[in-house]
This record gives sequence, C-alpha cells and structure tokens, in this order.
Amino acid sequence: MSSPSSPTAATIPSVGRISLPALAATSLVLVTTALAFVFFVAPNDANQGFSQRIFYFHVSIAITAYACFAAGAWQAFRHLWKRDSRADLASYVCVHQGLIFGTLVLLTGSIWAKIAWGRWWLWSEDQLVLFLVLFLFYCAYFMLRFSVDPGSQRANLSAVYALFGVILIPVSFAAIRLAKNLIHPVVFTLHGPNFGGWILVTYCIAQVAMLVLAYTLYRLELGSKRLDVRLRRLREVMA
Amino acid sequence: MTYFRDVGALARKDLLLELRARDTLPAMLLFVAAVFVVFHFALPGTPSKLETTGLLWVAILFTALLGLGRAFVPEREQRTMDGLVLAPCDRSAIWLAKSVATMAFLVAAELVALPLYALFFHPLGGATVLAVVLADVGICAVGTFLGAMAVATRARDLILPLLFLPLAIPIVVGAVGASVVASPGRYLGFLVLYDLLFAVVCWASFEYVVAE
Repeated sequence: MSSPSSPTAATIPSVGRISLPALAATSLVLVTTALAFVFFVAPNDANQGFSQRIFYFHVSIAITAYACFAAGAWQAFRHLWKRDSRADLASYVCVHQGLIFGTLVLLTGSIWAKIAWGRWWLWSEDQLVLFLVLFLFYCAYFMLRFSVDPGSQRANLSAVYALFGVILIPVSFAAIRLAKNLIHPVVFTLHGPNFGGWILVTYCIAQVAMLVLAYTLYRLELGSKRLDVRLRRLREVMA
Repeated sequence: MTYFRDVGALARKDLLLELRARDTLPAMLLFVAAVFVVFHFALPGTPSKLETTGLLWVAILFTALLGLGRAFVPEREQRTMDGLVLAPCDRSAIWLAKSVATMAFLVAAELVALPLYALFFHPLGGATVLAVVLADVGICAVGTFLGAMAVATRARDLILPLLFLPLAIPIVVGAVGASVVASPGRYLGFLVLYDLLFAVVCWASFEYVVAE
C-alpha cells in the first residue's frame, strides 16, 4: 500500500491484476448469458417442469457461498500464519460476500421448496437447514467483529472464528444428514452429475457467472474498504 | 509433564475460587431445576419420552451456557488475565484448565439434574448418560474457548450465546440421537469425532485469542 499522504488516494486502490471495469463487464455478460440459457436453452425438467430452472441459480449460488466462506477462512489462516494485516480485511470481505450469497441460497431454496413441495420451509432439506445454521454462525461473526475495537485483537478473534466456520460446515452437514430422512434431490453422486447435454452446459455457465460476480463484488468492496482505511489515516495525518 | 502440572494448578485455582465464593454452581443447580418446572408447565399432560429428551438437552445446553458465561468473569473483574497470559506456561494450558474447571461444574450440576429429570419425567438409559459425558466435553471445550473470546468484546455476556449456539447444534444432534434411537453407536461416534476435532482446533488456536 502506498504511503498515507499519497495524492492518488481519491481513486479506488487496485487489489488485483484484472481491472475492476473489465471484471464488471465480464460478470454482466456472463450473468446475462446464464439467464438466457436458463430460460431459453435448457429443457424443461420431466418431473418438476419449468420451476426446476431455479435450481441453476440455487445450486450455483450455494457453491459460490461455500467458495466465499472457504476463501475467508484461507485469508484468516494467512493472517494468523503470516501476520499479514491486509489478509484480515480480505477475510472479512470474503465472509461478507459469503453471507450475502448465503442469504440468496435461503431465499431461492425457500421459493423452490414452495413450488416443489408446497411449503416455504422444510426441515428435511439438508442444504436449507445447513445454510440456516451457517447464516446464524456468520451473523455472530459480524456481531463479534463489530463489538471489538479495530486492531490486532479484532483481527485475531475474527480470524479464529472464521476458521471455526470451515470446520463447522462439514460437521454440521454430517449432523444434519444424521438427523433426518432424505427427500432432497441429490444432484451430484459418486458417478458424477446425473444430468447431461444442455442442462450441464447451462449449469456450468450459471456457476461461472456466479463465481465471477462474487469475485467482482469482492474486489469492489475490498477496494472501497481499503480506500476507507487510507482516508482515515490521511485524516489522522492532517489532524 | 510440566504442561499438565500447569493445567492442574490453574484448574485447582478455579475450583478453589468457586469453593470459597460459591458463585456459579448454586446458580446452575437452581436454574436447571427451574427449567424442568417450566418445561412441565410448557408441555401440559404427560409428554412422550421423545419430547422430554429434547427438553433435557435444551436444559443441559442452557445450564452449561450459564456456567460458561461466568468462566472468565473472575479474570475480568480481578484483572488477572494479563497475569495468566504472562505466566511462563503454554497459553493453551489456560484454556484446558478453564475447560476442566467448567466441566467439573457442569458435571456437578448434572449429578443433580439427571436424577431430577428421571424423577419428574422419564427414566434415563445408559446411552443417554454416556452421551451427556461426551457432550459435556464438546460443550466445555468449545464454550470455554468462545467465553474467552466473548470477554474480549464490548458486548461480553450478550455475545456468548450467539457465538456458541450455532456451534452447539451438531452436539445437540448427536446427543439427542444417542438418547432416542435403539442403536446409538453412530451418534456417540459422531460426538467423539466432534469433541476431538474441536478440542484440537481450540487447543491450537487459543494463543491467538488471548494475544494482543
């Protein structure tokens, strides 16, 4: 990071190799393509018909949320291991994006449950219950983070709690599987995805679109957060 | 071996403090008894064994939460945390000693709570008692760790249940499963796995919680 008195502080600091406008344009194109494929190319599901199309977004958003939580834990680990103070902010932004996508999983899952099974909420649906647990867990992460003053202790506590999150995901998943009977459609089995052709293509496009969108949002938020930090330092220097 | 001597000394300190001040344990005992009475009136008639088993676990979890909330209060009030951190021992020993002391309180509370449950509601099986012991290990390991985190925040007592309950859900699943099914092996195994996994993580990362 440049010195606090740098005159270029007014622009959003660059945090990666690809420029932000290029990323934003790419995600716009990808999300539009994904929408077009979902509505016009992918065939209707034999059992659930048109409503099954929400699955392309539901599943790809869920995997994106997992990716965000994993990235957050990775940055948290880097912070604890290398004492890299920038990794703390990156970890926070990853978890924040994960929570946003996690909320979308709850919403899309709820809509799907209503159409497929006639109820807005089903305790027998693994993914939904898991995301509810994760939602509570990561909301507590924000409560924790915002009730500690900024500094190394806040970074440490947040990092340790974010690491707990990635352990909680498989443990909770196992627990939820143990606790219930199974009526959720399993998309991936040991023999690979049980679909093919245009369905697979559409799903892959939607997945890539969501990941690129998440990365764009991550870069945007991280850039503005860093600008914020820089501005505060500048103000301290001026005062 | 000096490590375990340190843990022993620290745990003895907590138990001695409790013996003299009697802050935590009477509160936990009274709380769990009151919760059972509330449950009786919340479920009128004769509730089934399945229902009361769930209530037993809610009572245990909340009673534990009461003890966990108090675990680091003496250190905060007497400002002894700095002294503990500066002591020439491994910092994870602080966590282990606190967990052992909290577990002692919890087990003492359950020695009253479980017979009381059997008296008020339904008799208990051996698997349930084993599940209680295994769940206690997980509750105290994770809860003490989060208790140390919570005292470092401004919100303090308010934040511990928020941090703890999402992490305790797998314990509840394993414990309730072990209490109600005919062959509880899988559920007990799951509890053992949870205890081991989280104990190792807490042990390895406690240093970062107390370090400035």
